[in-house]
Amino acid sequence: MATTYDIAMKQSESKKEDSAQIVAVKELRKSFGSHIVLNGINLSVNRGETLAVLGRSGTGKSVLLRLIIGLEIPDSGSVCIHGQNIVGLALDQMGEIRKKMGFLFQHAALYDSLTVAENVAFPLAHHRRDMSRSERGDRVKQLLAEVGMEGDLNKMPSDISGGMQKRVGLARALALEPEILLLDEPTAGLDPISSAEIDDLILKLQRERQMASIVVTHDLHSARTIANRLALLDQGNVVIEGKYEDLQQSDIGLVKEFLKQS
Amino acid sequence: MDTAVDSAMGRVDGFFEWFGNLGIFFWRVLRAAVTPPFEWGELIRQLDEVGSKSFPLVFAAGAAIGVILSLEARYTLTRFGAKSMFPSSLVYSLLQVMGPVITGLMVSGRVGAGIGAELASMKVTEQIDAIEASAINPYRILAAPRIMACILMLPLLTLVADASGLLMGWFAQTLVEPLSFHQFIDSGFKTAHLNSFLPQTFKTTVYGLIIGLIACYEGMRTRGGAEGVGRAATKSVVLASLFLILSDVVMVKLILVVFP
Repeated sequence: MATTYDIAMKQSESKKEDSAQIVAVKELRKSFGSHIVLNGINLSVNRGETLAVLGRSGTGKSVLLRLIIGLEIPDSGSVCIHGQNIVGLALDQMGEIRKKMGFLFQHAALYDSLTVAENVAFPLAHHRRDMSRSERGDRVKQLLAEVGMEGDLNKMPSDISGGMQKRVGLARALALEPEILLLDEPTAGLDPISSAEIDDLILKLQRERQMASIVVTHDLHSARTIANRLALLDQGNVVIEGKYEDLQQSDIGLVKEFLKQS
Repeated sequence: MDTAVDSAMGRVDGFFEWFGNLGIFFWRVLRAAVTPPFEWGELIRQLDEVGSKSFPLVFAAGAAIGVILSLEARYTLTRFGAKSMFPSSLVYSLLQVMGPVITGLMVSGRVGAGIGAELASMKVTEQIDAIEASAINPYRILAAPRIMACILMLPLLTLVADASGLLMGWFAQTLVEPLSFHQFIDSGFKTAHLNSFLPQTFKTTVYGLIIGLIACYEGMRTRGGAEGVGRAATKSVVLASLFLILSDVVMVKLILVVFP
């Protein structure tokens, strides 16, 4: 029978676990009309950890990221960043939370009227007004050098390839030194060599910066390379969550099918 | 029968929903516009985009209207033996009615479509989401400068249309019956006073608000790829032009009451 001490120890461990969690999603639900996309998702990510969210197309993976950064509002449930529930926050309050996050969109979403350098400088120009123009310029060059784009400062997004746009998008996402990095299909549409380069880049950045990262992908190989844990979504639920070895040992038919087809 | 009633009620719902959402959008833009930090650089860029780049079009439209009014007015006034009223009739027609309305419609077409398409294109390519994800208020950086630029530039562009209309109206008249420009202006403005045209010129700030607000609203809520962009641009022009003219009905009456 559990003693008062046992209960207290369990609560203490749970609190420690909660405080280590940078991002925690609890009972998250989202529908678009009658189509249920997320049906009570529970996920968490700690500092220095990368969680890969896998699933077939249309299973709500991108919607999950958009809910975490507040671009969509859930029907119910909570999204906690450092223990603070961000659901329902006003735009300016949400702005303070978003400064701690970097988001790489599936198609990079670069501002097409700005050059590569101006794209990366954009968040710095708005949030780091203490920086001088030359300091900002140096920081932009440093960020672009980290992603291997230092030679393309003055090019327009339309002048560079999809893979290069993703690199620039990643540099822009890192501009404000985020604690949380959200990556939506970082290797989608890329050839195997470019995909491997993006994976290596993400791994390198993760080692150096120790961010809490969530990567949405349907690329199992990429997920195995960059993630500490994997979660498989299907029909709005997390079917399985754990290391790749846990997925391999699972008896769940969908998991076996997913591994077989990947 | 029930389906027809449901459909009609659905349209009424949609109509009020559109206005409600537009009101919320306007409030968010207003809040963003009056709280720092202010986007002066973007405002200046939009003043150039809306004002300087609309100048040739508005000048040409004003000139064409001046010629048309000159030809029509001369013919009509001659028929009724009131040829001497020609300069006054041209001045009043242009400054009180045609100048503001033509400017509003030209700017609605050029700027409304441009803003609607630009913002719609940014919306469908997730650029607006990227701005928001970077903790930057898209109402502050995208909508507010564009709407402010429209509000500030419309009166100035109206003066351009008025001036080009008067100049070309006089020129068209001079080709038929020589009249010095000095005589034309003197005669045209003899009975005019500031109340004759200042309220009409400044009412175009309301046109600017309508054009900027509707174009930004339609652009920033676009869905549906290239088709959505086209729809947003079209809706921006059509709705802005329609509300511009409807607002004129109210403002003309208001001006007549306040400035009799």
